[in-house]
Amino acid sequence: MTRQNDNYKSVDVMDLNDRRDLDAKNRRQSTRTRNPRNNNMNRNRRNVNDFYDEGLKAKRGRNLNKEFAIITYSFLILFICLTGYLIYFVQFESEDFINNSYNPRIAHLAETTIRGDIISSDGEVLATTQVDDAGNETRVYPFGNMYAHLVGYSINGMSGIEEEANYNLLRSNSFFFTKIFNETAGKKNHGDTVVTTVDSKIQSAAYNALGSNDGAVIAIEPATGKVLAMVSKPDYDPGSIAANWDRYISDDDSSVLLNRATQGLYAPGSTFKMVTLMSYMNQNSHYDNFEFDCNGAYNIGDYSMHCYNGKAHGHENLMDAFGNSCNCAFSDIGLGLNVNDYGVFCNKLLFNQTLPTKLSNTAKSRFSLSADDSDSTIAQTAIGQGQTMVSPLHMAMLASAIANDGLLMEPYVIDHTQNDQNKPVKNFKPSTYGQLIDSQMASKMREYMRYVVTNGTGSVLNSDTYAAYGKTGTADFSSNVNENHSWFVGFAEDWTGRKIAVAVIMEGVSSGNSYAVPATKQIFDAYFTY
Amino acid sequence: MLHILVSASRFSMLIFMAVYTLYSFTALKSNIKPQRQDKLYKKQTLMIYMLLINGNLVLYLLKMDQKVLVLAACEMVLLILISVIYKKIYTNASKALVNNMSMLLTVSFMILTRLDMDKAVKQFVFAAVAVVITCFIPLIVAKLEFLSKLGIFYGIIGIAGLAVVLVAAQTTYGAKLSISLGPVVLQPSEFIKIIFIFFVACMLKEVEDFTYLVKVTVVAALHVLILVASKDLGGALIYLVTYLVMVYVATRNPGYMFLGLFAGAIASIVAYFLFSHIQARVIAWKDPLSVIDNQGYQICQSLFAIGYGGWFGTGLGQGMPEKIPVVTTDFVFSAISEELGVLFAICIIFICINCFLMFFNISMQIKEYFYKLIALGIGTTYGIQTFLALGGVVKFIPSTGVTLPLVSYGGSSLLCTIIIFAIIQGLYVREYDEDLEYD
Repeated sequence: MTRQNDNYKSVDVMDLNDRRDLDAKNRRQSTRTRNPRNNNMNRNRRNVNDFYDEGLKAKRGRNLNKEFAIITYSFLILFICLTGYLIYFVQFESEDFINNSYNPRIAHLAETTIRGDIISSDGEVLATTQVDDAGNETRVYPFGNMYAHLVGYSINGMSGIEEEANYNLLRSNSFFFTKIFNETAGKKNHGDTVVTTVDSKIQSAAYNALGSNDGAVIAIEPATGKVLAMVSKPDYDPGSIAANWDRYISDDDSSVLLNRATQGLYAPGSTFKMVTLMSYMNQNSHYDNFEFDCNGAYNIGDYSMHCYNGKAHGHENLMDAFGNSCNCAFSDIGLGLNVNDYGVFCNKLLFNQTLPTKLSNTAKSRFSLSADDSDSTIAQTAIGQGQTMVSPLHMAMLASAIANDGLLMEPYVIDHTQNDQNKPVKNFKPSTYGQLIDSQMASKMREYMRYVVTNGTGSVLNSDTYAAYGKTGTADFSSNVNENHSWFVGFAEDWTGRKIAVAVIMEGVSSGNSYAVPATKQIFDAYFTY
Repeated sequence: MLHILVSASRFSMLIFMAVYTLYSFTALKSNIKPQRQDKLYKKQTLMIYMLLINGNLVLYLLKMDQKVLVLAACEMVLLILISVIYKKIYTNASKALVNNMSMLLTVSFMILTRLDMDKAVKQFVFAAVAVVITCFIPLIVAKLEFLSKLGIFYGIIGIAGLAVVLVAAQTTYGAKLSISLGPVVLQPSEFIKIIFIFFVACMLKEVEDFTYLVKVTVVAALHVLILVASKDLGGALIYLVTYLVMVYVATRNPGYMFLGLFAGAIASIVAYFLFSHIQARVIAWKDPLSVIDNQGYQICQSLFAIGYGGWFGTGLGQGMPEKIPVVTTDFVFSAISEELGVLFAICIIFICINCFLMFFNISMQIKEYFYKLIALGIGTTYGIQTFLALGGVVKFIPSTGVTLPLVSYGGSSLLCTIIIFAIIQGLYVREYDEDLEYD
């Protein structure tokens, strides 16, 4: 019998042995000095069981510490990972997760909290809750229609910041004793204030620049992704949303409630030449050698492509073609592209993707082209007239990335929240999406987009206080040739390095020069004159 | 005033819980003196009582229902009874395990009183009955040698029992689990789990050759397959892992375990493509918000509860845990987390880890091979079940619909877990007695 001798020697017997020591003393069963670690020897005397056969004895003679350790540690690792995940969830994910209309707890908060204010970055109150003597609460929007889509509404469902920050608005981080005082007195706490990134001066300039036209404006600070202004028309007064609700939701044509800046999809028109140009640069390293003779028309089989108003631009290099927004030259460029790579490049520029932004409910821009498509389709797509659809937000993001050396910052509209004593509660920091295009291409694009303003279709934007860059566009959307969408996508900077990127779309007007570009000028002027 | 008390109790209860948890690990240290260990156990017991009193005081003031006080008094008596039984009748029981069991029961009573008074009363009755029944288990286990010779018998009972469930059980939440016998609703797979462990331990205490192992594996696999057919995925997984771990230790050949895990993984992938109910679980795990209207509803509500409660919880009665479907059984952890806080909930995880470590520790100390394997099987079952239950409700893994031992509401689950604890205590006591005998 050799087995018991070395069998369990190194099995961990600490707990049991210690217990034995203690209990033995307690029981006073024996006056002998015990040494429990001698037990292994004593086991020899005992015929434990007969169910081991001789062959197995040797095998099992070794202790099982290794096996037990492996299993114990495996389980420990699982449990630690689980706990780690729980901690991660609570610390980093839970706040976004629980702010959900399916979460009954959020609505419940309104019973103990007065909904907080929404204010602009320069301190203008955009939404507040007034409580009368009887305790009735009314949500008030001092600026009426101006911030309709941005701030949104909080009854009949929710939208805009009212929806996005619903949880923050209903959460109170008032001073500890104030809360206790309120709770004992049966009073409601004051919900936190949401401070937006929006600047009231730019918002008002953008709102006025659109005038009575339908359309959208979105302005972004390229270095951070802060949304400086966001306007969509037709609009509504969030304060009287309940009264007009039925009319709004039955209105199919103008869809008042739709935020066109993030959800509207438009044919990009000539602004898409930016994308075609970048794709061309991407596929041809010697793009500087490009030359083209424009006679106002470009024939592709039976189809004939015309420049705007049939104008012949004559001999052009690439920069001229872009500055003149020459359809013929860009048809030629488009037909020279590798169609598959063109598609891959567009996807990289966030076409057919969910846009990386904290803004909710954004539409995906669409681009589809295959090698089987006809040459005329390819040429139309290259100048922005094919099946391609873009959202103003997406175009502003492209401009923002170009302005910021190719680095795209994710647009966001909530800067921070603060309690009723203006103490910050939660800061929303800028987040980086990554390099949308390389900095070399971004710098080249800036050159080309600057040329549009200095020598091309965007000359209205020439200014002494800032340098503007961009691309104009006119998009056909109906058979009526006199009705177009007027676009401007671009950015501006002054000598201090302050930058603003915009996308402006005005629906159902005539040419780009006379609508979107002057509107953009008002926004740039407002931004750089204070 | 009430509000302040509720709010302050979040912290006091967390402190009781945290101190308890800390002590449970301090007492586990290998170099600790037995005297100090005993002191720690006494302090732990005090923490349990404080928690019970504090929690029920808050609940009473919230509900203004005399029943809360009566029930709390009964619970207190039961807890004292448990410690007396294990102290006086089974002199050498592991106090760490007795305390852990009492603590988890206390949390269970408290949260069930909060969620559903009737269920709390029932849970108390189950616990009382279970404690009385299981008083005898350490005796039986400690004295009866022939238990190790009934291998085939356990196998037959196990398969027959599971087959009856498959054929006769009523379907709850898509899985066939429970059988109604008059007023009593049983979940046989809970009990068969123990029989299964005995079966495997009997068969593997002497592995003759490879063919023998294959035969045993076929029978074990049959258990698992019947559970899969009953759509009891959690159960199937528990049985499978338990078997693989026991085979690994018995044969000392990690190859078998990897082979088993590999086969399990392949089977899972096949099952994923074959069965829509498995796909539903995986989708609900990957992106619950996208399917919040149906498959994802439950897990979303669970995460809403956990996230809303935050680190310190809303305080008892201040959250909305009743919005989570089956909150008293599978999702009880979310309710605890919402109202008592994530930190409190993490303490519970650590107490479960502590139980698991105690099980394995005891298994390591046991010298007799059959009993060693039983303790190992029990430890593994407990470990994997706890992991599945906790992992499922926090969305760490897809939900498998498994109850959290001792905390979740349910007679079968509670009784079965208390039996498991009693068996371990029996093995512990037995080991101790033998050592004395031969000293």
